[in-house]
Amino acid sequence: MKQTKVVLNFPENIVEDPVTYHLIVDYGVQVNILRASIDPGKQGMMVVELSGEESQVSHGLNYLEQVGVQVESLAEEIRHLEDRCASCTSCIPHCPTQALEVDRESWYVSFEPDKCILCLSCLEVCIYSAISVKERLY
Amino acid sequence: MKKHKKHKINKTYQEINEKIKTGDVIVVTAEEIIDIVKENGPVEAARQVDVVTTGTFAPMCSSGAFINFGHTVPTIKAAKVWLNKVPAYAGVAAVDCYVGATEPCEDDPLNKVYPGEFVYGGGHVIEDLVAGKKVHLKAEAYGTDCYPNRMVEKEISLRTVQQATLCNPRNGYQNYNCAINLSDRTIYTYMGALKPKASNANYCSAGQLSPLFNDPYYQTIGLGTRIFLGGAEGYITWHGTQHNPSIKRTKRGVPIKPAGTIWAMGDLKKMSAKWLAGASLQGYGCSLFVGLGIPIPILNEEIVQYTAVSDEELFTQIVDYGHDYPNGIAKSYGQVSYAELKNGHIKFKGEKIPTVPLSSLVRSREVAEILKKRISQRKFLIGEPQFTLPTK
Repeated sequence: MKQTKVVLNFPENIVEDPVTYHLIVDYGVQVNILRASIDPGKQGMMVVELSGEESQVSHGLNYLEQVGVQVESLAEEIRHLEDRCASCTSCIPHCPTQALEVDRESWYVSFEPDKCILCLSCLEVCIYSAISVKERLY
Repeated sequence: MKKHKKHKINKTYQEINEKIKTGDVIVVTAEEIIDIVKENGPVEAARQVDVVTTGTFAPMCSSGAFINFGHTVPTIKAAKVWLNKVPAYAGVAAVDCYVGATEPCEDDPLNKVYPGEFVYGGGHVIEDLVAGKKVHLKAEAYGTDCYPNRMVEKEISLRTVQQATLCNPRNGYQNYNCAINLSDRTIYTYMGALKPKASNANYCSAGQLSPLFNDPYYQTIGLGTRIFLGGAEGYITWHGTQHNPSIKRTKRGVPIKPAGTIWAMGDLKKMSAKWLAGASLQGYGCSLFVGLGIPIPILNEEIVQYTAVSDEELFTQIVDYGHDYPNGIAKSYGQVSYAELKNGHIKFKGEKIPTVPLSSLVRSREVAEILKKRISQRKFLIGEPQFTLPTK
């Protein structure tokens, strides 16, 4: 069993194709859509969690790349700037998946990219500009 | 300082400073002193320990800096000044100005696109200056015989300006509200974003590490108290604005609502961006994170007993920012201890709601540790106040 969270970028020419349907039906991959958007330039973006047998997931990812979907790892999309973060903890109640957590002994805030669903709530509430995301996610 | 008869231990500021100079001084933080007093009792603790250090690091809106940017040729009496497009108050002498932490950049959309982001403001100008960055200054004037210039634009930095003085009219609030939102929409406040129907609670105090909680009647704090301010040495020069000591207190003497405040000043040229950092509070505005710490000289066992106060013995009130606060209604929805708040949840109407401090406890501890180190290494002497903050 393999489980991975990725960001899928759909170029304009395939935005209207049922890519996700093929991924599920033809490749047997379980797709959990965490976030999706189509911008005014008609580019699509989806944050998904893919799970299935190792071979199913890898074949599915191959299929996506073949049809022109750009697959990126989630860790590249959002960063917790540890040097900048003062651990003021204002982000903590706004993170729906506990990707941002505070240790209540040391009071350090930590970030686990695997748990993140790119909701960007932290970006907005961070007082200290300690979260950075790729521009196009706005 | 007069020696007080009723105490078994009596030390003077001079005696403590002599110990600092010879390296014999014993300094502990406001967290470490708790167990020392618990185990040894106040008299023995006061005999052993000479100084207790405190610390806090939080957004403190009532902050700013006076900057004298130096005379130009031809001369100018600046009537309007901008620093990186952030307006600074110029209604003082020719080339003096005051940049306030909450002043937003002139072309900021503010809350027109609600909630606004407030990316850059006075607090960020101060951070850029202490980080050694160049800041663009623009000054306009109406022109006089002695100051004929009408407009000046130049790059300034902390190195090139004549003088830069951090001058914060209200810092280090002794206690602060625990904020919730009882309305049915998310609100954006100086206490952070508060979700509807009391879904989260934000507080803003370092609790047992917080400076004024450790000397609740300001017995050692007043004009001339030397402090850690923005990474350098600073001074308390007055009681802060809204200083209100006449608040109900517990048996330990600590107020159960916001009470005392300090007015702090120091040389901005010596400060650092780690301890003075621009803040952007969504939907509210700009501010400045300030690192602040007060060393408390242990003159007697009464003072050490005060410094031993712990989060279990410190309380604040739950206040609604959805309706009550904006309407000036002073209503408490319950009293909670800082021990409960720091646990991460409080009980409110039967529900568990998550709590976070806006004060960085990591940085607050670091301030107390730095002060402890500086005093132990003979680099920081205790300043004896000319008079202490008012208690009435």
